[in-house]
Amino acid sequence: MNDLTPTREERTAKLKGLGTSRKRVEDVRFTQGKGNYVDDVKLPGMLHGDFVRSPYAHARVKSINIDAAMALPGVIAVLTAKDLEPLSLHWMPTLAGDKQMVLADGKVLFQGQEVAFVVAEDRYIAADAVELVEVDYEELPVITDPFKALEPDATVLREDLEPGADGAHGPRKHHNHIFLWEEGDAEATNQAIDSAEVVAEEMVYYHRTHPCPLETCGSVASMDKVNGKLTLWGTFQAPHVVRTVASLLSGIEEHNIRVISPDIGGGFGNKVGVYPGYVCSIVASIVTGRPVKWIEDRMDNLMATAFARDYWMKGKISATKDGKITGLHCHVTADHGAFDACADPTKFPAGFFHICTGSYDIPVAYVGVDGVYTNKAPGGVAYRCSFRVTEAAYFIERMIEVLAIELNMDAAELRRINFIRKDQFPYQSALGWEYDSGDYHTAWDKALAAVGYDDLRKEQAAQVEAFKRGETRKLLGIGLTHFTEIVGAGPVKNCDILGMGMFDSCEIRIHPTGSAIARLGTISQGQGHATTFAQILASEIGIPADSITIEEGDTDTAPYGLGTYGSRSTPVAGAATAMAGRKIRAKAQMIAAYLLEVHDDDVEWDVDRFQVKGAPERFKTMAEIAYASYNQAIPGVEPGLEAVSYYDPPNMTYPFGAYICVMEIDADTGEHDIRQFYALDDCGTRINPMVIEGQVHGGLTEALAIAMGQEIAYDELGNVKTGTLMDFFLPTAWETPNYTTDHTETPSPHHPIGAKGVGESPNVGGVPAFSNAVNDAFRAFGLRHTHMPHDHWRIWKTANDLGLHG
Amino acid sequence: MSDKMHLKMTVNGKQEDLLVEPRELLIYVLREKLNLTGPHVGCETTHCGACTVELNGKSVKSCTVLAAQAQGAEVTTVEGLSTPDDLHVLQKAFREHHGLQCGFCTPGMITRAHRLLQENPNPTEEEVRFGIAGNLCRCTGYQNIVKSILAAAAEMNAAKEAAE
Ligand code: FES
Ligand code: FES
Repeated sequence: MNDLTPTREERTAKLKGLGTSRKRVEDVRFTQGKGNYVDDVKLPGMLHGDFVRSPYAHARVKSINIDAAMALPGVIAVLTAKDLEPLSLHWMPTLAGDKQMVLADGKVLFQGQEVAFVVAEDRYIAADAVELVEVDYEELPVITDPFKALEPDATVLREDLEPGADGAHGPRKHHNHIFLWEEGDAEATNQAIDSAEVVAEEMVYYHRTHPCPLETCGSVASMDKVNGKLTLWGTFQAPHVVRTVASLLSGIEEHNIRVISPDIGGGFGNKVGVYPGYVCSIVASIVTGRPVKWIEDRMDNLMATAFARDYWMKGKISATKDGKITGLHCHVTADHGAFDACADPTKFPAGFFHICTGSYDIPVAYVGVDGVYTNKAPGGVAYRCSFRVTEAAYFIERMIEVLAIELNMDAAELRRINFIRKDQFPYQSALGWEYDSGDYHTAWDKALAAVGYDDLRKEQAAQVEAFKRGETRKLLGIGLTHFTEIVGAGPVKNCDILGMGMFDSCEIRIHPTGSAIARLGTISQGQGHATTFAQILASEIGIPADSITIEEGDTDTAPYGLGTYGSRSTPVAGAATAMAGRKIRAKAQMIAAYLLEVHDDDVEWDVDRFQVKGAPERFKTMAEIAYASYNQAIPGVEPGLEAVSYYDPPNMTYPFGAYICVMEIDADTGEHDIRQFYALDDCGTRINPMVIEGQVHGGLTEALAIAMGQEIAYDELGNVKTGTLMDFFLPTAWETPNYTTDHTETPSPHHPIGAKGVGESPNVGGVPAFSNAVNDAFRAFGLRHTHMPHDHWRIWKTANDLGLHG
Repeated sequence: MSDKMHLKMTVNGKQEDLLVEPRELLIYVLREKLNLTGPHVGCETTHCGACTVELNGKSVKSCTVLAAQAQGAEVTTVEGLSTPDDLHVLQKAFREHHGLQCGFCTPGMITRAHRLLQENPNPTEEEVRFGIAGNLCRCTGYQNIVKSILAAAAEMNAAKEAAE
């Protein structure tokens, strides 16, 4: 007979499974400076590549003279489009079904575009050589405004596209038009709006910005010509997809390509796409026969490697006079830059923007998105967001505020009477989504109570009066947001990237002595996968998280997966982990029953063991079972204890949250002071509360940056005005407030452990909360809407336009 | 390219003798020649602090210091803080309070915090926030970094008191 100590609780605690604030295993390396990021990769004989970039936003490239550069000692090669053309690599396909120049082929279409690739013995020589490449440009008219791009006589930007021919997403109605994408019932929506008692209209611009992770993008390519193998290290959020794309582009068989994502210094969507630097490092390695490293500098990163947002959203929302919403209409003019390189699932050229009915029960809705070419950098990545969900949440949360003004109603109350009710889930939205679960009213009431909402409104009203009496120059803004996210792409039947279904995977091996290794198709960029995935598994298979190694990012060893972005790791790979764990458990059950000499059905799982039903003192722990699987011949059961699961989620998950920002604004200086920020998140089952809270802090700080000053701005000639960290706003510890976090827990009914994902919620919900606070501060003075980013100058200007400067 | 110069400096307690070009930056020499890849490059314009090291008892951004300026100097990088057997109090505190995520800013952040606590062993939250304002983090929102540094300060002070 076995001893029944330790107790069940002690055994559970030892696992450090779901719900534990387990300390991160990654940190021991990182705090000592022992991380291994791509720029830390060093190979014998390695060369360094650097780009000659276009100073013009639109120009013909008449000639490129590389002689002086080649004459510099230490320069090994200078590649131009002419060199890539025989390999058909001067252009590459984008994730959005368009194509993009790898190196300028006859013309350049945005400032910072890659024109030539210099390869040299070290970085200094490469930088010198870049200066020596002579490029003769002929300037062309520049278009940076998407509305001007669609004027009938606008300059043709993409001369490579056949006029009048369809694009990847259907007909193009103008030479600078990319697609029109529509969802919902236009006629019914127009009817609802035309016959409504109250209608609010607004143009809401979500400006262009950039994910700007602290580590820029880079790669190291090493082509071994003798054995025909290519190894590629790089800042890849989706290493397996990179391998597939590299194989399709280069013709090298996929088994001969090994892609490794080492530690990644933040991604936030910036590292999903395939960039010319990756391609050029590969080609350069093939050409020179030596490893080639390419690391972009910060200016390259901000100017050329992706962007986010840049959506002009024209909205109409209608309601009854007591505030029940009756319809929502939205038309977006989407500035995609010079090439359509948006990182969206193939069938969704505007991502999941049609989640824009938000948390509200809106009977009819319509969305139309026109994608447009301009002379700006390509990209359109999901900056800590699930494919345009950030834009959608910002749009609806601004429209609600504008409608509240139109109705002369409290914005919190307006939300409350329109929320989808708990009993309506699963809820079918007017734009085609099935929301899995939610309890918005509970979250909302908890949030309002936590900040003392009614008192805040009284204080605000008193302050407005004091302002009018000339007793203060400060105004109080209360920024409300209730957002609904859609994450975890996604069901393979409608979500793919370049044809690859968006499943994810996990492979587990239990070692004979009862520890384990699990490999996944995702890749952490700071989310702490090595910590949290071990926790999921610990709870599933009863092996302590501390005894489970998690590996990701090496395509030679990890199972195929679509990678980490759009908050999909927990919903998809987390589910695969749980499912693979359950396969292990199913086999373990047979082994345990054999060892205990009972029928399979007569044993039951308990924390870390199978025990005989009704006789808990008779059990086999997972460690004992693992050992038996390797050393005993069990009839009808294969030796070993391994499992693999490829998980195709049946639906997305729909995390939600209620955020409230209380902000004081100085009408004279435009400065703001965040007095309080309360963030309630509901991400379903909580795997590691410490990690969740950290994700929320980080996402809110990115939201703060975006709402209050961060932008990629262009002048009329297409010059990037915010190309360094001097001009591109990243908040420091000094500008960043402390946040109060809170939660409710509404599990996802279709996810194996009920988890929904959280990494991106604070960005999605944070931006409208900050922006609504600014707008709300001026509501009493007649403001309906003012565009982000709300930097000091723009806030001052708003106050000035409202006549508040006397 | 100009002639190389002879550079002598002490890095993490070890005497180093190197040949460098006058234009080479300190971060470059540390990372590429001495294989100290703890300090990172995030901007090369003195804004992000990922490259922070200590130079003669001051925090500097090594991306905008010429290696030549370190002639005869004492340099400490994050690699010089821990011993082979154990982490530094600050490193432990960052782990304990979740003061890092992707880890890219962390070596610079910890190196800066290390110097800050020598300049001011008992800082307030405000002083910590001001004292690390030259180090950007894109992941954590700073709240837990500040918490980590304050916790480390408390622990270091307690240890000092116990020793006295
Ligand atoms: S790399 Fe030195 S401050 Fe950013
Ligand atoms: S932890 Fe990623 S930048 Fe600070």
